[in-house]
Amino acid sequence: MADIKVDNLNLWYGDFQALINVKAHFGERKITAMIGPSGCGKSTLLRVFNRMNDLIEGVRVKGEVVIDAENIVSDKTDLVQLRKKVGMVFQRPNPFPLSIYENIVFGQKVHSEGLNRAKLDEIVEDSLKSVLLWDELKDKLKKSALSLSLEQKQRLCVARLIAVRPEILLMDEPCSTLDPQATSRIEELMRELKNNYTIIIVTHNMQQAARVSDDTGFMLLGELVEFGKTQDIFTSPKDKRTEDYITGRYG
Amino acid sequence: MLRHLDEELKELHKDILRMAVFAQESIFKSIESLKNRDKYLAQDVINTDKKIDDLELAIDEKCIDLIALYQPMAGDLRYIATGMKINAELERIADIAVDIAQRSLELMEKPLLKPLVDIPKLSQVSQDMVRDAIDAFIKRDAQLARKVVLADAQADRLRNLVQDELINEYLARDPKTAERAVALLLIARYLERICDHTTNIAEDVIYMVEAKVVKHHPEELE
Repeated sequence: MADIKVDNLNLWYGDFQALINVKAHFGERKITAMIGPSGCGKSTLLRVFNRMNDLIEGVRVKGEVVIDAENIVSDKTDLVQLRKKVGMVFQRPNPFPLSIYENIVFGQKVHSEGLNRAKLDEIVEDSLKSVLLWDELKDKLKKSALSLSLEQKQRLCVARLIAVRPEILLMDEPCSTLDPQATSRIEELMRELKNNYTIIIVTHNMQQAARVSDDTGFMLLGELVEFGKTQDIFTSPKDKRTEDYITGRYG
Repeated sequence: MLRHLDEELKELHKDILRMAVFAQESIFKSIESLKNRDKYLAQDVINTDKKIDDLELAIDEKCIDLIALYQPMAGDLRYIATGMKINAELERIADIAVDIAQRSLELMEKPLLKPLVDIPKLSQVSQDMVRDAIDAFIKRDAQLARKVVLADAQADRLRNLVQDELINEYLARDPKTAERAVALLLIARYLERICDHTTNIAEDVIYMVEAKVVKHHPEELE
């Protein structure tokens, strides 16, 4: 189980500074929502936590992001291990064009070779159970993951992460392509998962942030303007910029 | 950026102010009817109550609609939540004015027990408190709201004065005065209740402005 301590974090895309002196503590077994207008840096911050920004050319990062006593921004970080520990769910579910079973064991095969079939079966069952898909899919494990509904695909993507036993789940707008009912079921899933994982969610949906998260951070132009208990942020924010954003006055 | 919600909130604000004016007029008229033995004023207070009840329901419905349609947050949410509570307090105040008007009508049928001295004073305190609480709401003035909360002690003191005098000078001495003395005692009690409801309004205004809960937390008043 891990928390994330961010201190004095700065990030540049070439000359453009996308994160400015960000400092925050993401508590373990909590859901933290990151909100803010498009381009404010919230997805960039999320991608720092599993070093996804490394894939973008010209990115420079300075500062500290400590997970399990290790500054993961450092050059020495083992990225395979980091991404095993810190998994990410994306806006559009992106299952591999493989069977449901193969999708879930894919990560296992990368991270730990030589697991026997019985062990893999067990992982598939556990992972699908933890995203509440087992009963629906246990007889269809050989079917292509692409045949699932959007919501099932998104759950499967979460199950695929859980299979490699991460500690932190990053979710970038995980419900933006789902209808309200599916959204509410994914939110329920997040509440379930919170008991075992540290979850950080980026969302444009203010009501969703208010409903599911314990803590909320508001970002604007690369700065973390306010960070605190969700209840406080949505009823009595301290910074006027936060108030203006969440009441729809910003812009 | 002007939002459609701002227009809606302006309308809500106007309705709450109408409610406040109704409540203030009801207290004023009920006490005037008592002082001047004016049957028509007392009846007017009783007749207006239905209008106030209807407005209360309309404001409540408006607040629920705004919450359902706009999912307000932060300051907007505190404003609407406070508006709903103030609405209920004002309606209760208007009901109490009806009680005063009814006692006033009863007293008119009988000879004057004594010249009224402390009850008009208490009524003045209550009217000043209501006026200041509404002003605090309009101007979003938490300092003025604090002043209202603190003024409540004066209302309690005056109520005790009236009570002691009526019990010791009349009820204890002459049972024939009982009916009139009890009516006056009730009126003092009603006025003090108006001050209590007004204190609630002031506490709600402090929450609305500062997001600070002072209700049942007097230390937060500092």
